[in-house]
Amino acid sequence: MNKLTRFDWFSLLLYVVLVAIGLVNIYSTMYNSNDNSIALGFIQKQLISFGLGIALIFMIQFFDTRFFERYASIIYLISLLSLSGLWLFGTEVSGARSWYGIGGFSLQPSEFAKVAVALALAKFLGDFNTQIKRTKDYIVAFIIMGIPAVLTLLQPDPGTALIFLSLFLVLHTEGLPSFFFTILISLFILFISTLLLGMYWVMFAIVLLASLYIALQSKRKRKKVVFPAVIASVLFCGFTYSVTYIFEHIFEQRHRDRFNILLGKKVDTQGIGYNINQSQIAIGSGRFSGKGFLEGTQTKGGFVPEQQTDYIFTTIGEEWGFVGSALVLILFITLILRVVRIAYKQKTTFSRVFCLGFACTLFIHVAINLGMVVGLVPTIGIPLPLMSYGGSSLLAFSAFLGIYLRIAYQRMD
Amino acid sequence: MRTRFFPILVGLFGAILLIRLFSLQILSDEYGDLSLKNSVLKEYVYPERGYVYDRNGKLLVSNQPMYDLMVVPKNLRPFDTLDLCRMLRLSTQELNIKITKAKRYSMRAPSILLSQISKQDYGTLQEKMWKFPGMYIQRKSVRNYHTDVASNILGYISEVNYFDIETNPYYKQGELIGRQGIEKTYEKLLSGKKGVTYLQRDKFNRIIGSYKDGVFDTLAVPAQDITLSIDIDLQEYGTTLLANKRGGILAIEPSTGEILMSVSTPTYNPNLLVGRARSENFNILKQDTLNRFLFDRSLQGQYPPGSPFKVLNALIALEEGVITPKATFTCYSGHFYALNQFMECKCIPGSINNLDRGIHNSCNTYFSNVYRRIIDKDNNAPDGMNTWQSHLSSFGLGNYLGYDHPVGQSGYVPNANFYNLWYPNQRWRGATTVSNAIGQGEILMTPIQLANVAATIANRGFFFTPHFVKGVQGDFIDPQYKTKRHTTISNEHFDPVVEGMANVVKKGTARIAAVRGIEVCGKTGTIENFTKINGVRTQLTDHSMFIAFAPKENPKIALAVIVENGYWGGRWAAPIASLVIEKYLTGDVKRTWLEKRMMEGSLEAEYAKVTSNKPFSINE
Repeated sequence: MNKLTRFDWFSLLLYVVLVAIGLVNIYSTMYNSNDNSIALGFIQKQLISFGLGIALIFMIQFFDTRFFERYASIIYLISLLSLSGLWLFGTEVSGARSWYGIGGFSLQPSEFAKVAVALALAKFLGDFNTQIKRTKDYIVAFIIMGIPAVLTLLQPDPGTALIFLSLFLVLHTEGLPSFFFTILISLFILFISTLLLGMYWVMFAIVLLASLYIALQSKRKRKKVVFPAVIASVLFCGFTYSVTYIFEHIFEQRHRDRFNILLGKKVDTQGIGYNINQSQIAIGSGRFSGKGFLEGTQTKGGFVPEQQTDYIFTTIGEEWGFVGSALVLILFITLILRVVRIAYKQKTTFSRVFCLGFACTLFIHVAINLGMVVGLVPTIGIPLPLMSYGGSSLLAFSAFLGIYLRIAYQRMD
Repeated sequence: MRTRFFPILVGLFGAILLIRLFSLQILSDEYGDLSLKNSVLKEYVYPERGYVYDRNGKLLVSNQPMYDLMVVPKNLRPFDTLDLCRMLRLSTQELNIKITKAKRYSMRAPSILLSQISKQDYGTLQEKMWKFPGMYIQRKSVRNYHTDVASNILGYISEVNYFDIETNPYYKQGELIGRQGIEKTYEKLLSGKKGVTYLQRDKFNRIIGSYKDGVFDTLAVPAQDITLSIDIDLQEYGTTLLANKRGGILAIEPSTGEILMSVSTPTYNPNLLVGRARSENFNILKQDTLNRFLFDRSLQGQYPPGSPFKVLNALIALEEGVITPKATFTCYSGHFYALNQFMECKCIPGSINNLDRGIHNSCNTYFSNVYRRIIDKDNNAPDGMNTWQSHLSSFGLGNYLGYDHPVGQSGYVPNANFYNLWYPNQRWRGATTVSNAIGQGEILMTPIQLANVAATIANRGFFFTPHFVKGVQGDFIDPQYKTKRHTTISNEHFDPVVEGMANVVKKGTARIAAVRGIEVCGKTGTIENFTKINGVRTQLTDHSMFIAFAPKENPKIALAVIVENGYWGGRWAAPIASLVIEKYLTGDVKRTWLEKRMMEGSLEAEYAKVTSNKPFSINE
């Protein structure tokens, strides 16, 4: 009895509720009053994945946490191999070589690689010899994230690559020198302001700020500041220039458009802006309480593309309104915060880092996906965890949750 | 370890997203409408427009099918273009342009390939439709007129314009509205009320079913049929009598105020404004500023009333007690009404005229004196003038009569203020405004007002507001058309005037208007009129005018006839009026010689003078 109460039933419940909400909305998305066999087909497939996911979670509970720590490297290597294998055996779907076709099902190894990277990172940081503040060690950590990121970027699947890199946030909480975070934030600001204001204004601002800084510091007779300030401003100017160069010459028009629409520099509701416009119409038209199950006019009309996968949240927004959307948001946030809280109760670094890795992956998915459908983040193809239609993603997050539940259960031992 | 980092980041994100959702779903109003525009199609169900019948139940206006050839570009398969082009009388190039246009509009939604295909073309096309996948024929309904006349009464329908949509949100672009005539007055009854069906559509604009199982749908309210008071046979007869002449006839049934006919010539065939040639024909009609086809002379034509107005002066004088029927005035082929101011008259010099002789000889001298007595009563011209004017307005003069047709004019009756402004020293009297005595001065009247005066005299003192509608599907009629409107003239004063009008036909100026077996009462008019030719005020040949009612006792018809530039009252207007009376009361015209003269007579030469740019003489 005691054993059962120690189990984190609450997180499992959140998982089941989120998947169930996903199923309801996938059905609504695919529903057609004349012929609902299509919708039922989708539901059937997703239910199979759900069943497999539950089975996976159940199975994982029979393994000890140390098993995962011990085999993390091997799991990581296998997943790198499976990612590389895509070049030989992968199937190309809409321009990206991201899937293995096995019988009637297709498998997306990059989804499972997310678990593997979290495991590998946890194992590396959990090693007694690892000191994340040391240059040698954080470079290794970067490489662990970097390899799968590069492999998925080549598929090309930049969205998933971004997920791997986002584990950087976990490193930051684990004590990575704050220099990196500062640089990241400043580069982000530089990037956005370069796109908004143009290269020359930003460079002018950098030089102005650097001169001000030097002037203020030289009054205090500390001449040493001149050289680093000059170097920094040259680097920043270089970055600004390269942003402009990449944006103008390396990016394709569709990428440029995604940014331009988000920054409000371009309005085009029929071409590239169609997705984002239609998804906002769908969500916005839900009003407070939504149009009701199967009553969403935008959903029925199929105005939002990819609605059962990446844009599943638009159905919730339209048919369940602000109440439904806010509820889903709160469920996700509750789950993430709970995972973070449990993470900091862990005794071993491996357990803590893995749980944080899970929380971080979940958070970045939710943030980018929801941010995209409401028009706050540029269009990046990332599914909404547990809810979007798709077996690989659901199974991968089930595995994540399974290991997390096992770890959470074991911490009292 | 930075343990607060994740909770803060997640909390911040949650707050931002919640605010965004709140602004999208609750604060912003635009998305709800956008989604309906996007995904719900409102389709209207139109009831068939109501029929129009004449007073004897003859069908005047019904509907006929017209066919539009529709195309859904996505379903098009290669077909025999030449065959289709030959049937539709199009060139291959034109067809291709139309198909390209349809494709540009939508690949999956239907667009009109060719509109308003006639019944004949439809017949041949229908048989071969199977050869043209992706095309189908859509039926729609347009007006069908069963008469060649009465276009001025019936009016026409046309597509709503921007202004209509702005003022009445019921109408949507592409819908039809009664634009003129009865179609306009009774638009609500004739059009019924459209029903609405809401349909769900998808991103390709295809219909994928009804929206919310039709809970918002409404049923169409059927249109109502209308029976006019017009006698279409009489209307046709009047139109033929006025052939080749510009003018109007308006006849009223005195006991009800029902308008029996309202002829305005030249007229046009109402069927010209139906179908593919509509806009072309409409422009032709609209741009003819001489014939003025779209100008209803019987309702809109404002003329000085001329001598028929004398009977009104007689009635007012009797009511005001300034004369008795026996009072006489002597005429010397005219008289001096002021120093060196002579008004001519056709009387034999030395004629002594009482009321009866004054009317049937149309004596200017007699009525000049009568008028001056009315105005100069108690030596107060402004008071006299206002009394005179108020009597006239009780006949509905100087204002709109209030009939159920959108066009009309008020006419004009001056009052004391008018002359006070005209003569700032206030030194005006009856003699100053003596033209009013014989209906020539400042007074203007329309034929319907004149006919209504005839009806009022026929009724001996009251009238019903004239109206074109006898009933709407049987029972309805606006109560205002059933209310007697009494004049300010006492009953007993009408008899001597009616007697005089009877003598006009028996022994006076309109003996030609006599009909065997029917006692006709009338009054002729010969109206001086002017126009501006190249900016110079020029007198034209007089208008011919006649008002009449018959029979004298228990009258059945009262009418006014105007024939522009018809020389004098007895020449055109009086014979035409008497033929109409004969036709209406006996159903048959015995005086075929007169009928023939009227139908064949033409005043085109008279009208050509104005535009000839040459000097011309009048009243030859």
